[in-house]
Amino acid sequence: MSEALWALGRGTGVISLILITVSVVLGILTRSGRPAFGMPRFAVTLVHRNASLLGSVFVLVHVVSLFFDPYAELRLVDFFVPFLGTAKPIWLGLGTVSLDLLVALIVTALLRRFIGHRVFRAVHWFSYAMWPIALAHSLGDGTDAGTVWFLTLAGLCTAAVLGSVGWRASRVFVEFRGTRGAEEPA
Amino acid sequence: MTEKSLHIDWIACDGRGLCTELLSELLERDEWGYPRALGYGSDVPVPRQLQDAARDAVALCPRLALTLS
Ligand code: SF4
Repeated sequence: MSEALWALGRGTGVISLILITVSVVLGILTRSGRPAFGMPRFAVTLVHRNASLLGSVFVLVHVVSLFFDPYAELRLVDFFVPFLGTAKPIWLGLGTVSLDLLVALIVTALLRRFIGHRVFRAVHWFSYAMWPIALAHSLGDGTDAGTVWFLTLAGLCTAAVLGSVGWRASRVFVEFRGTRGAEEPA
Repeated sequence: MTEKSLHIDWIACDGRGLCTELLSELLERDEWGYPRALGYGSDVPVPRQLQDAARDAVALCPRLALTLS
């Protein structure tokens, strides 16, 4: 039983990383206002949303399975308060921080209509903190972190996010930049 | 279903073009990418067969610039 929980915790952690990476990249694409990968704009937005929700489900399974796994020594408080863990407190704590940020991101996104665009956007900026913290947690805490396949995967995810962020910060990011002149990307 | 009207909040809208994709029968994009319905300003009547698409546009608009009433 414990073996199964451990395997589940590991596997869902890796899948979470992939889905969150996809979500960040598609979120940046959504912000650009451009169609991408053969999808129209509204589909990019939909896939961004669905990848985020699915990623959160995997994160949930990830933390719950490791909670019930006796070797992980997770306590309930570790879900919410970082750096109190017994095993590898720093790396586990980073996982806690990214979990808390993820919860804030998902809740504010789902309640976007009620809380308004300003609050939504202010919280959504934390995605840029959540992703690297989650990656650091996977590299520091992950059982597979030292393997070639995981490092390759982590490298690919990093390249995807850095590439998108670089593009986001560049002048060619917003559509209609030509006609809109020197508009500030905000 | 009664006749509905799609309201575009021009201050919020950033011309991201999702609504013009979903409601291509109703809206076109102007030269800056903002939605435009010929003959209408910020309140566009939505025919019955487009109300579902309008609802999707309201839900997906990244700037919360659309309301259907
Ligand atoms: S989807 Fe929203 S932001 Fe984009 S053009 Fe339509 S109203 Fe404006």
